[in-house]
Amino acid sequence: MREALDPWFFVNAAYALAIAATMALAGWSWLAMRAAERRREETRA
Amino acid sequence: MHGFANPARFLRIARWLTPALLVSGLVLTAVALIYGYFLAPAERLQGETVRILFVHVPTAWLGMAGWIAIAVASFVELVWRHPLAALAARGAAVPGAVFAALCLASGSLWGRPAWGTWWVWDGRLTSMLVLLFLYFGYIALAGAIQREGGSSRIPAIFGLVGAVNIPIIHYSVLWWNSLHQPPSLTTGGSAMAGPFLWGLVASTLGFTLIFGGVVLARMRALLAEVQAEARLRRKALEA
Repeated sequence: MREALDPWFFVNAAYALAIAATMALAGWSWLAMRAAERRREETRA
Repeated sequence: MHGFANPARFLRIARWLTPALLVSGLVLTAVALIYGYFLAPAERLQGETVRILFVHVPTAWLGMAGWIAIAVASFVELVWRHPLAALAARGAAVPGAVFAALCLASGSLWGRPAWGTWWVWDGRLTSMLVLLFLYFGYIALAGAIQREGGSSRIPAIFGLVGAVNIPIIHYSVLWWNSLHQPPSLTTGGSAMAGPFLWGLVASTLGFTLIFGGVVLARMRALLAEVQAEARLRRKALEA
């Protein structure tokens, strides 16, 4: 017997995971870059 | 290509290119995913779950593209000793690993309603999992070399050897019996219907632009760390 699955549960989970991980990756990369470049400027002083 | 290996020239280009890639990628990806989630039609056999296509295919492509970038940068580093090549390889590792993990997760979420199982040990899925473990190994190795000191040629050789897995992933669905379907997009075209094809092309392009922006941001961060460390060492020697 084939069990009834709600397709939207899987669609929602895939989209939420992809969007959250991509946003986190982009945000973390940007903030890490800004912090590293600020530290480099500080060593100039 | 040799001209772009100059860190000062790289920074001049990367300063405007990084936000440009990230912003355009985020906008295009948002438009493509809104289309995929709300507007694309349900498919005759797979129904609503076909919408997972718009996140699964781009993440699969970028999981593999990340390692191709590592292999190319490693080759350039080993042959021409370009100072930015090692940074480019390291810059592609984390985003490549994230997209490979997203590919496996979204594939599993698609597999459960489509195949009736979260996971099967077939050629495509297993070789993609091997790719994720290769990323973990590369990130750990490159990090250890940076912390403890050592030749950057070691992760470069690892990056080149690991590239053997890329054609295995790509051709696995043709070489072995698999539940997984053949490639959705090839250089020869696609059998996909228009409403799916154009949405997929847009989301793939959007995610790829984000990937490019993240790689540039990682490279800039790594370059800044190397330059700051070199300055501090020089100051310590002068003191």
